[in-house]
Amino acid sequence: MEQPVLKVSGLETHFFTDDGEIPAVDSVDFYVNKGEVLGIVGESGSGKSVTSLSIMQLIQAPGKIVGGEITYKGENLISKSEKEMRKIRGNEIGMIFQEPMTSLNPVFRIGNQLIEGIRIHKKWNKKKAWEHAVSILKLVGLPRAEELMNEYPHQLSGGMRQRVMIAMAMACEPEVLIADEPTTALDVTIQAQILELMKKLNKETNTSIIMITHDLGVVAEICDRIAVMYSGKIVEQGKTQDIFQHPKHPYTIGLIESVPDVRVRKDRLYSIPGNVPKPGSIHKGCHFAPRCNFAFDKCYEENPTLLDAGPAQQARCWLHEDAKKAAVLERVKS
Amino acid sequence: MLAYTVRRLLMLIPVLFGMTLIVFFMIRAIPGDPAQVILGQQATEEAIKSLTKQLGLDQPWYLQYIDYIKNLFTGDLGTSLRTSSDISGEIWPYLAATLELSLVAMVIAIFIGVNAGIISAWFQNSWFDYTAMVLALIGVSMPVFWLGLMEQWAFSLELGWLPSTGRENVRNPVDAITHLYLIDTLIQGRMDQFVEVVKHLILPGIALGTIPMAIIARMTRSSMLEVMRSDFVRTARAKGTKMFWVVYKHSLKNAFIPVLTVIGLQMGLLLGGAILTETIFGWPGIGRYIYDAINFRDYPVIQSGILIVAVIFVFINLIVDLLYAAIDPRIKYN
Ligand SMILES: Nc1ncnc2c1ncn2[C@@H]1O[C@H](COP(=O)(O)OP(=O)(O)OP(=O)(O)O)[C@@H](O)[C@H]1O
Ligand code: SF4
Ligand SMILES: [Mg+2]
Repeated sequence: MEQPVLKVSGLETHFFTDDGEIPAVDSVDFYVNKGEVLGIVGESGSGKSVTSLSIMQLIQAPGKIVGGEITYKGENLISKSEKEMRKIRGNEIGMIFQEPMTSLNPVFRIGNQLIEGIRIHKKWNKKKAWEHAVSILKLVGLPRAEELMNEYPHQLSGGMRQRVMIAMAMACEPEVLIADEPTTALDVTIQAQILELMKKLNKETNTSIIMITHDLGVVAEICDRIAVMYSGKIVEQGKTQDIFQHPKHPYTIGLIESVPDVRVRKDRLYSIPGNVPKPGSIHKGCHFAPRCNFAFDKCYEENPTLLDAGPAQQARCWLHEDAKKAAVLERVKS
Repeated sequence: MLAYTVRRLLMLIPVLFGMTLIVFFMIRAIPGDPAQVILGQQATEEAIKSLTKQLGLDQPWYLQYIDYIKNLFTGDLGTSLRTSSDISGEIWPYLAATLELSLVAMVIAIFIGVNAGIISAWFQNSWFDYTAMVLALIGVSMPVFWLGLMEQWAFSLELGWLPSTGRENVRNPVDAITHLYLIDTLIQGRMDQFVEVVKHLILPGIALGTIPMAIIARMTRSSMLEVMRSDFVRTARAKGTKMFWVVYKHSLKNAFIPVLTVIGLQMGLLLGGAILTETIFGWPGIGRYIYDAINFRDYPVIQSGILIVAVIFVFINLIVDLLYAAIDPRIKYN
C-alpha cells in the first residue's frame, strides 16, 4: 500500500471559552495519499475548518490542540516550532479558504501578494519570483496575467480571486493542498470551473488535495475518498463510490438523501431533522442519536468507535457490531 | 493618484473662499465701531475718522471684501495696528515656532502611539498590553495645562534638568534662517544650540503630545485587533510569512486607515491647544501672536492669524485624505 503523505491521528482541538471547554475536533483520524483527493464532508459547525487550521498549526486562542498527531512525511507537525512550521506553510502544505472576497489583502497588489510566498520559500530575487508568479497565474487559467499582477483584489471578480488564491497556494508546488470550501461562496458555473481547475492541477502536478466541503456534489465530482465529519468526529470513511452506493452510517445516508437528484424528482427535499449538536453539549452515547432513526439502547449509553463496515470502509455506528443490525441500512436505501 | 490629488486640490478652492468670508465677517460682527474700540473712549473725532479710512471701513462691505481678497492674492495680510509692520512679514517666526513644536509633538505621538498600539494588539492581554493601555487611559484624561505645570514643577523647578519656558537659550540665541530652530542650528553646525533647542522642546512637546499619543495608541490597538482577525491575515500566515511582517505589513496598512483619521483630528486639535501650551511655556508661537493681538484689539492680526490657522487645518485634512488614497486603493476608484 502507498505511504500516506499526511496522516492525522487522534487529533483533538478544543476551545477554552467562558462557557467551558468545547471539543470542536474530537479524536479525528484520516490520511491522504500522494496524488489523492480526499473529501471531508460535514454540516456547518462539524469542525472541518478547525481540523484544517490544526494541520497548519494556525489555531488561535482560545483554541488549542490538546492531543493527537499530524504526521507529514514521517514528522509530527504538532511538535514543530513556529519557525519550522513557517517553512512548511505555503511551501509543503498550501491552503485555500472559503471566502475569496476577504482572503486577499485589499491594500496590496496581486503581484505583491503572490511573490511574497515564492520569495520566502524559494529565496528567489524579485524578477524571477515575478516571472514565476505570472506563469502560475496562467496555469490557473487567468487571462491577462501580466496586467493582473499590478491590480488590486477589488478589481477582480470572486471567481478570479479564488483562482488567484489557488495560484498563491500552488506557487511553491506544495505536496498537499488543503481547500476549505473553495467553491461555497461562488455561483454555480464558477464553482464548476474552479473544481475543473483543481482536478486538472491534481492530475498535472500530482498534488494531494484535501477538499473540505458540505456539498456532496463537489465530493462526487473530484474526490477519490471521503471522510464524513459530524460533531467533531469522523463518522464514516471510505472510497467515494462505496460511500455513495453503500453508505454505512445513518448520517451519511441522510446527507446523500438530502442531495437533490435530478433523475428522481421528489416533491420535497429530504433533510435530516434537527441540527448538529454544539460540540461539548453531549457527554454520553452517539452524538447523532438525537437525530437518528435507527438509534437503539446502546446508542444512548456508549459513544461508538469506528467499526469496519466494508472492505475499505469504516463507520462510527453501533449497527456495524452486528451484521443483522447493519442489514437495516441496506433495506432503507432501496 | 495624480488625478485624485488634482481633484482634491480643486475642491479646496471653494473651501478656502468660504473661510475668508467667515473670517472677514467674524471680525466685522464684533459690536461697536472698531476704530472707536481700538482708540478708546477719549479718542478725537479726527483720529477715529482717519483710522476708519486706514482700515477701509468707510467703504461698502463688498468692496472691502474684494480688496481683502485682492490683497490676499498678492500675499498681503494687512498691517498690524500694534507694530505698524506688514503681518505677512512678521507672522512667519511665530508660525514656525508653532509648527516646529506641533510637528515634534505629533511625530513623537505617532511613533510611540502607533507602535504601542501595534505591540499591545499583537501581544493582547500581555503585561505590555495592560501597562500600555492603563498609561493611555491616564494620558487621555490628563488636562494639558495640569500636565504642563506638573512638568515644569518636576523637571525645571525641582530637578532643574530642563528649561521651563522659551524655545532657545536667550544668552546663546539662534541665528534664524528658516525660523525652524532644529533645522537652523543643524545647517549652521551649531550642535550646542541644537541641544539647547531640543531641551526646550521636550517639556512643551510632551505636554502637547501626550493626549494625541494616548488616543492614537488606543485607536491603533483596537483597529489592529480587528484587522488581525480577518481572513487575509490568516492567508498571509498560511503562506509562511513571519509574524512580524504579518503584523507590520499586512495588518498595519489596513489598520492604519482609521488611525489616520484620528491623527488628522488630533493634529487639528493640537493647533487649537497650542494657545494654551504656548502660554504656559512662554512659547513664541502663533497662539501667543493671536493672544497678544486680541489684548491689543489688533483686528488685522486677529483676522490674518485665524485665517492662517484655518488654512493649515484645511491642508492637514487634505494631506490625510491624500494619504487615505495612497494607502487604500479602493478609495480612488469609487
Ligand atoms: N474561535 C472559536 N471559539 C469557540 N469555539 C469555536 C471557535 N472556532 C470554532 N469553534 C467551535 O468549533 C466548531 C466547529 O467549527 P468549524 O469552523 O470547524 O466548523 P465547519 O465545519 O468548518 O463549519 P462551516 O461549514 O460553517 O465552515 C464550531 O461549532 C464552534 O463550536
Ligand atoms: S450508533 Fe446508533 S445513534 Fe449513532 S448512528 Fe449508529 S444507530 Fe444511529
Ligand atoms: Mg468552515
